This record gives sequence, structure tokens and C-alpha cells, in this order.
Amino acid sequence: MKYIDEFRDGTVARGIAGAIAGEARTDRRYHFMEFCGGHTHAISRYGISDLLPSNVQMIHGPGCPVCVLPIGRVDQAIGLALEQGVMLCTYGDCLRVPASAGLSLLKAKARGGDIRMVYSSADAVALAQRHPDKQVVFFAIGFETTTPPTAVAIKQAAALGLTNFSVLCCHVLTPPAIVSILESPEVRRWGSVQIDGFIGPAHVSTIIGSRPYECFAEEYRKPVVIAGFEPLDVMQAVRMLIRQVNDGRAEVENEFTRAVDRNGNLKAQQLVAEVFEMREHFEWRGLGVLPHSALRIRSQFAEFDAEARFALTYQAVPDHRACLCGAILRGVKRPPDCSLFGTVCTPENAMGSCMVSSEGACAAHYAYGRYKDINGGESR
Amino acid sequence: MSGAKARSSYVRPLDLKQGRVEMAHGAGGRAMAQLIEELFARYLGNEYLAQGDDGALLPAIGSGQLVMATDCHVVSPLFFPGGDIGCLSVHGTINDVAMMGAQPLWLAAGFILEEGLLLADLARIVQSMAAASTAAGVPIVTGDTKVVERGKGDGVFITTTGVGVVAPGMALSGNQARAGDAILVSGTLGDHGMAIMAERESLGFNAPIVSDTAALHGLIAAMRASGAEIHVLRDPTRGGLAATLNEIARQSKVGMMLHEKALPIRPAVNAACEFLGLDPLYVANEGKLLAICAAGDADRLLAAMRAHPLGSAAAIVGTVHDDDHHFVQMTTSFGGKRIVDWLGGEQLPRIC
Repeated sequence: MKYIDEFRDGTVARGIAGAIAGEARTDRRYHFMEFCGGHTHAISRYGISDLLPSNVQMIHGPGCPVCVLPIGRVDQAIGLALEQGVMLCTYGDCLRVPASAGLSLLKAKARGGDIRMVYSSADAVALAQRHPDKQVVFFAIGFETTTPPTAVAIKQAAALGLTNFSVLCCHVLTPPAIVSILESPEVRRWGSVQIDGFIGPAHVSTIIGSRPYECFAEEYRKPVVIAGFEPLDVMQAVRMLIRQVNDGRAEVENEFTRAVDRNGNLKAQQLVAEVFEMREHFEWRGLGVLPHSALRIRSQFAEFDAEARFALTYQAVPDHRACLCGAILRGVKRPPDCSLFGTVCTPENAMGSCMVSSEGACAAHYAYGRYKDINGGESR
Repeated sequence: MSGAKARSSYVRPLDLKQGRVEMAHGAGGRAMAQLIEELFARYLGNEYLAQGDDGALLPAIGSGQLVMATDCHVVSPLFFPGGDIGCLSVHGTINDVAMMGAQPLWLAAGFILEEGLLLADLARIVQSMAAASTAAGVPIVTGDTKVVERGKGDGVFITTTGVGVVAPGMALSGNQARAGDAILVSGTLGDHGMAIMAERESLGFNAPIVSDTAALHGLIAAMRASGAEIHVLRDPTRGGLAATLNEIARQSKVGMMLHEKALPIRPAVNAACEFLGLDPLYVANEGKLLAICAAGDADRLLAAMRAHPLGSAAAIVGTVHDDDHHFVQMTTSFGGKRIVDWLGGEQLPRIC
């Protein structure tokens, strides 16, 4: 594929791997967190960790939108479909997220819920136009990348005068999640965070730009390199992080200059600000309740807010007590450290958030990395 | 007395242009007899079907063992680039019989029709089955039709059952893969699944992706004629190459190593997968097979496959090895290694 294969070239990868091996100091370890599920996916799919020296370790972060979606929110969506008879539309990998009572959206569909997979929020608006007799709810999840399309859908529905379309808004924000990894009570409980730097989000940064990371690079003295989702992007970002660590720098650098600048997409930001406002707090699966970490629909668009239209209340549902997702999402524990991993908690029967989607730290390790645990644990 | 005389045996022919399937077409009466006669018998006709009984009376077969396979076909849309549910239902079952090492002989077909289906569409599907069955030399010798109320089916569901005969000592099974064996595929992967998906999502590529649906028993005969020691044959349909290899790894209690660079995948299929957030290794094929053979015979088998029109893009894609965990792994073209695992369920697109 033109303009894609160039970023997946094995020969170039070997070149960068050689450079990384040359620049990484042998007298220390490097722990880098890739925040985004997209990076986790690239690392797993292309086997990037095999190309890194053994003292450079990647930690999978919480930037997988379905992993951090709390059970209580999925319960709300299932309730809308099964009890209120709405047509519930959402993105594909949301459908399998386990909820209360052994249900998921896929299982609720089998019980008669009208649940549809859509590729975009615009598809949900189109469904509302085609089915004027049904209440259509778009279960909107994701970080800053998927938020502007939801804003567009709400404005489009308003312009069309649709009375049967609303949004269950579960959009969350990246910077507060990164801050929560660096300073939370659990980190004190589980030990200090072993993160020497972050690979910053690709698609999220096309919207918000690189500026929002500057304050915490400075405040927490952690280097950030924003990188694209292709495997060579990830390799190059690792090299840039190693250089920063070696130089004692903690800056925001941008490897993904082909799509990201400092200010981001101002038009998208303006749209989001017009339609959404900050929630005071929001529960994240695995990370707990985080202040100012998610968005809700502004009151002038309240008629498109499913929480208002269907008078929804939020009921938090705790994860299994032995689940280590909180510590794993913060890089303090690894998936094999959890007593549930690979036994009662598998991708087919996920108990915790990290096993929910293929991008979750545990699911990625289960699917792509467990042969390394068996063959002598060389991944560590 | 004057005027037209009523023709006592006159039945108005089926309206194959505007007509639709009605409940009466499955009720066992005259309408059903007419549908069978004017549509199914007309296109699929052969000496066995012409017997007109509840079953087909077939000739005895020599000393070989019998293989029987059945396959239900539900596909939306019914018509897609490169084929339709009709030819798919013929190819699918012929391939299942052939993968057992057998020569497919006869097919039976069961139709569940949804009230309201256009007779024109049904005729197109039956003609497509007829063409596929004639081309493959495997007649449809008996069948059945039921009609369900509108909303209780998806146009048409077709179940086909096939019978074949396998020469003594020539039967194949998924439990015969051995450490050291070579893994071959007969051509490009993921064409069928992406043709369907692109059609469903109205992706409208400039060069449409075409389903690979095809009957593979001819290719298998050519492969056998090469004299190569074939241990396993399988058609990687639902779940794609990944699911099929995991099945074989489990059945044969071995591990496998694929080489991503060696996998034949069309650029358009790769692009569509990229666009929809899917992995081509998990996408269905309907006209491809994978073969596992003794390492020393791999080149000979590859040459035989490439010499056949349905195997022109065949490739050696991996090897079998001992592994108590029965993992299917892959060396990526990027230079790393990963597990090619079972899918939990259906492949769902990623958000970001």
C-alpha cells in the first residue's frame, strides 16, 4: 500500500534497531509507556519488542477506549436497548465488552436488543433518519479522536430537527489519564512508577496538538515523544526517548510531524467546545474516578443527551477483587503478575479492563506475547 | 357453444420477472410442484433428479470409502462481486468433500426461501448453482424447499450435502501434520470475505475486490498427481487462515511458524482490511486451500499447484514444528515474532 508500506519496512526497522542498541546504555534499564492502544496494537502485531534490546521495556498504557469504559456505562447502554427498546448504535469493538449479569452488548443483541455496529457517528444519524419510529441512541466512546465526529453528529441531528436521536456520551480525555498514572494513591500503594518516558498518542494528538503534554513533561520530568501508529514510528519514538533520557532532557518531541503540530486541529477543538463541557468526575475502568477527565453534552444540546432523555442514573460496578488492572494500567505490575491472568481471565471471559479489547495490556500479552513467558520470559 | 375452451391442464407459468416467493410455494400443492418443475428441475435437471421421488437412487460405488459433508450457506448480500449464494453453496460442499481426499460425486440441496423473495433472484441463484455444478461435474441429485414468512429468513438459505468416494489409503485428516512439514496456500488470502465486506459497507473501490469462490477438487487432483506426500488439506473459510491453522495445530498436536512476507495477499484486500481495521489472516476464503506436506516434497507440490489455474499464486508460507502449546506463530515482515491466535468470536473492527 502506497504511503503505508514505507512505514512498515523491515530493512529500515533493522537499521533503527541497530541504532537503538547502540544508543541505549547497557548500565541501566529503560521503561517507556505507550499510552495508546493503537501503539500497543502495532507493537504486538509487528513484534516490535523482539527488535528492542532486553533492557528497553514497553509498558502498555490505558489508552484503549473500550478498556477504560466502566461496566456501569455499558450497563446503561444495555438497559437502553433491552428495557427502553431503543436502537443502540456503537463502534465494533465496544460490542464484546463484558458488563453486569454476564451480559455484553453482543449478548444483549441475542436477547432481542436492537444493537447495531456502525463505522461512524454519521451512520447512527442516518439510521435515525431511516427509522423515524424508533429512538436511536449512539453510544459514544473514545478519546479526543472520536469526540469531534460525535459533535458533528449532534449538530447534524439538530440541523435536521431529528427528535429520535440522542447520544450516550462517554468521551474521555487523555491528559488527565496520564496525570493520574503519575500521581495517584495506588501508585504509592503499589510502589513508584517505573516509567522513564511516554510515547504520546498519534490520532488524539492530531486533534489536541502537542501543546497539552508540555505542562506534565515539565512538571513530572517525563519525556514525551508523539508518534504515529505505524511500527517504524514506534521504533523511531523509542530511539528519541532513549536520547532524551540519556541527555537528561524531559521535553515534548514530535515524531509524527506528518500529521501533528503544536496547536492541533483548531476547528475540531472549537466544535467539541461548542457541544461538550467538562464533567466534574468520571469513572474509568481500572483507574477509578478521575476528576475533570471526561465530557458531557452541553445543556443547549440537552435534547440529544440520552442521559437526560431517558433519565439515566449511574451505578458503579467494581471489578473482581483480585484484578490487578489498576496497577497494570499504571505500569506498576505486568499482566503475568496477576493471579487471574490466563486462568479465569482470558479474552473469551474477560474479568478486568485490560483483557477486554485486543489493545488492552493483558489481552495483547495473552494474544501475542505469552509464548515469551513460556520460552523463558525473554520479554522482560 | 362458442368461446375459448378451458384447457384443463393449463397452469399459468411462473412470472420470473415480477413474481415473488409466496407461502403457497412451500405448501406442498400445485404451486410448489410448479416451482420445482419450472425452476429447480428446469435448470438443475439430471437423470437422478428426473426420477422425481423423495430421494435419489444412486449407483453403487466400487471399493472406496464414502465421504459425506454438509454445509449451510447464509450470506448477505446474496449477490456479490465474483459470485452469489448459489455457486457458493455448490463450491463450499464440493470443497469440504474434496479436502477429505475424496472425489465428489453428488450433491443434495435444501432451500429455505423467505416469502417475498423475487423469483427473478431465485432463478438467478438456481442458474448459478446449475452452472457451478455442471462445471464441477457434480450433479445435484435431490433437494427440498421450504418457505418461511417474510421477516423470518434472509431471502434464501441454502444447505448442500455432498457425497464423495475416496480411494483406499488416500483419506486425509487434520491430525496428520508432522514436525518439519511445509505449509502451502493455493493463492491470495481474504478475497471472499473482503468482497462481501466491501459490498456491505458500499466501499466502492476503483477495482472491486472479487470473491474467489471456486470448486477445488480439480486442483487437488493435480496436486495428488504430482506424487507429493500430502498430509493435510483444508479450505480456510470462516475465520480465515488463522482459524484453520489453529484447528490443525490442535488436531495434530504441533506448533506452526508462518512467514508474513511469504503470505500472498492482494494489495486491494490489504488496503480494505487496513481501512476497516481488520486482519486478512482472519478473513474468509471460498476458493483457496492450504496443504501441509512432507518438507522434501514442498517444491514439487508448489510446482503442481502453480501449474493449475486455481493455484497460480500458490506459495510456501510456513513450517510445522513440535510445540506442546500448539501455538501458531508468525515472523513478521517487520522482523519480529507474534502469535496468530484463535479469534474470540467474530472479528470486529478497531475504533482508533
